[in-house]
Amino acid sequence: MKYIDEYRDGELAKGIARTIAAEADPARSYHLMEFCGGHTHAISRYGLEDILPPNVRMVHGPGCPVCVLPIGRIDAAIWLAKQPGVILCTYGDMMRVPGSKRISLLKAKAEGCDIRMVWSTMDALKLAQANPDKNVVFFAIGFETTTPPTAVALKQAQALDLKNFFVFCNHVLTPSAIAQILDSPEVRTLGTVKLDGFIGPAHVSTIIGSAPYEYFAEEYQRPVVIAGFEPLDVLQAVLMLVRQVNEGRFQVENEFARAVTRDGNAKAKALVAEVFELRKSFEWRGLGLVPYSALRIKQPFAAFDAERKWEVPQDSVADNKACECGAILRGVKRPTDCKLFGTICTPENPMGSCMVSAEGACAAHWTYGRFRDSKAEA
Amino acid sequence: MTLPRRSHPRPLDIAHGRVDLTHGGGGRAMQQLVEELFVAAFDNEALNQRNDQAAFDVPAGRMVMTTDGYVISPLFFPGGDIGSLAVHGTVNDVAMAGAKPLSLSAGFIIEEGFPLADLKRIVDSMARASKEAGVPVVTGDTKVVEKGKGDGIFITTAGIGLVPPGVTISGDRARAGDAILVSGTMGDHGVAVMSQRESLGFESAILSDSAALHTLVAEMVAAIPDIHVLRDPTRGGLAATLNEIAAQAGIGMALKETAIPIKAEVRGACELLGLDPLYVANEGKLICICAPEHAEQLLAIMRAHPLGKDAAQIGVCREDAHHFVQMETAMGGNRVVDWLAGEQLPRIC
Amino acid sequence: MCLALPSLVTEILPDDQAKVELGGVTKTISLALVADVAVGDYVIVHVGYALTKVDPEEAEKTLALFAEMAETVPAQ
Repeated sequence: MKYIDEYRDGELAKGIARTIAAEADPARSYHLMEFCGGHTHAISRYGLEDILPPNVRMVHGPGCPVCVLPIGRIDAAIWLAKQPGVILCTYGDMMRVPGSKRISLLKAKAEGCDIRMVWSTMDALKLAQANPDKNVVFFAIGFETTTPPTAVALKQAQALDLKNFFVFCNHVLTPSAIAQILDSPEVRTLGTVKLDGFIGPAHVSTIIGSAPYEYFAEEYQRPVVIAGFEPLDVLQAVLMLVRQVNEGRFQVENEFARAVTRDGNAKAKALVAEVFELRKSFEWRGLGLVPYSALRIKQPFAAFDAERKWEVPQDSVADNKACECGAILRGVKRPTDCKLFGTICTPENPMGSCMVSAEGACAAHWTYGRFRDSKAEA
Repeated sequence: MTLPRRSHPRPLDIAHGRVDLTHGGGGRAMQQLVEELFVAAFDNEALNQRNDQAAFDVPAGRMVMTTDGYVISPLFFPGGDIGSLAVHGTVNDVAMAGAKPLSLSAGFIIEEGFPLADLKRIVDSMARASKEAGVPVVTGDTKVVEKGKGDGIFITTAGIGLVPPGVTISGDRARAGDAILVSGTMGDHGVAVMSQRESLGFESAILSDSAALHTLVAEMVAAIPDIHVLRDPTRGGLAATLNEIAAQAGIGMALKETAIPIKAEVRGACELLGLDPLYVANEGKLICICAPEHAEQLLAIMRAHPLGKDAAQIGVCREDAHHFVQMETAMGGNRVVDWLAGEQLPRIC
Repeated sequence: MCLALPSLVTEILPDDQAKVELGGVTKTISLALVADVAVGDYVIVHVGYALTKVDPEEAEKTLALFAEMAETVPAQ
């Protein structure tokens, strides 16, 4: 597969890893946070930490939109699915995430709700056109990569003058999440969490461009390297970060130049700006209320806003007290530091956000990496 | 002159007819369906006797018996259909004990309104698969359920077979040091089925690998009677099956990602859908775990057989108190190949 | 979730859509978020939409960089 296989060459990977080992200063350690769930997944799935030198460590950040969606919003989606005449459409990732009372969309479907898994917003629009007597609600989640497709769907719904298509909007913003982490006391003042640099998200950056990260690099004096999703991309980005740290630089560099430019995708950004506006604040699971971090539908598209059509419950539901997801999302703790990890909390029975999605730090560690814990025990 | 009395005034209207509740009622309509469709297609001595059961002498030795249910949706997919799948799947379950399959039973639960043309297509396909495999369907049953209660058609089967002397194949016989072999490419069936599901909307040239493996197994077992484990990685794919065996035998496994054969198109389809080919179902492949000194010979036998051309050794068994199935990735790192909680894809078998 | 793949555009279809191919598998996707896409281009596809074109020159440069980085320290 072109533009995929070449970026997965095992021999090149080992070569780059050797270079990293040669350039990493043995007198210090490097803590690099990968922000995007896709990167967390790639690192775990290819076992990249095994080929990095021991003083270069990856810290998993809150880059998984499934993980940061609060329980209250999942409950709200299930509530919508239960409204008479509603077909709720969702991306596959959300199906198994449990809300409060351990009900997930999958379980609600088994109990009789009409919930359909879709691959694209276009499928949801088609469903609305094919079922004029039903109300089709699209459960919109995701960072800036996934927002433009929802914007397109809303514009098309408007053009088609659909009366039965709605969006339940939960789109969130990447820079806000990064700021939350960097502003947290553990990072900014206490210095208990060492973060030396960031691997910037791949596909979010194709949309927003590399420019938005320049603020962070400058303000927080940390280098950012935007990386593609393939293992060689990630390794190359690690090398570039190690070099920046060694040289005392804090710039935005773009490893994913084949798809990311400084300005990103102007057409997509314009579409999003036309349809969405900022919410004053939004709850993030594990991070609490974050100002100006999420989007809602603008007035001209109000007819398609599920939250205006129905009185959707806006409850805030707390996580299990023993759940360490908040700390894990901010890179303060690791999955194995949580009492619930592997005991009560597993992918079959996720207690918190880090376990619900395959890209969450706990799920990734459980699914791909927990053999390392037993080595440590031995 | 008396007119000859025909049992059924008109033959089944295969082209336009549908199954209705009379076909399951035990009366003449059902008899006609059984005669003109099932018995005509399967056509063997036992079935032709038209009893409710098949009688036969029990051969001396150790027997195996297996049962299966087929609920696959869609019913027709590239490379097969629910009928041929039912024969292949049941024959394979028997063959995975190293046994020679002797005969099959087939029960049909059909939804009212099911087109006779589709039923005939399925039954003919099943009969063809059965004849090609040399394993007759000796007894059957037909039921019809009301519209809305049956989703087209479900098929349940049972199969029996005879285990050759000296052969004790069982999941718990895998030992540390054993070689882990596969007979060919992984993930073909699941992707072929997905390609038919409307909501997924992609076209690809991937065919299901649905096939009867008993002749391949017979050759392997004749050469090496002391094979430890045979299993076909159906639902849950290679990953689920290896985890099952690891748990049964109380061992761990170490695989090499680059050694696992996967077709390029299957990789592409799985990439597109965010699936891991290790977890996608196969219906014409087997996993073989054997003592390391037998691996080379078994690989040669598999590769010489039409169903084993891409056979490869993918790893070894080892001591591991946690029973992890671990894999060295193409990058040289390590990961666990976990036992997934649930089905990645519903109703693919 | 972040799943996005570089796919080859094989056909431009009406209504701002296109057929793309990845590893022999084809799918119909939307071009609503991109402009000036032609058959033979590679695009990154996410939830049924092309997000951006893949720049072949930059891709080559990146691969060359990998090869260079992999050579700096020889394997033992």
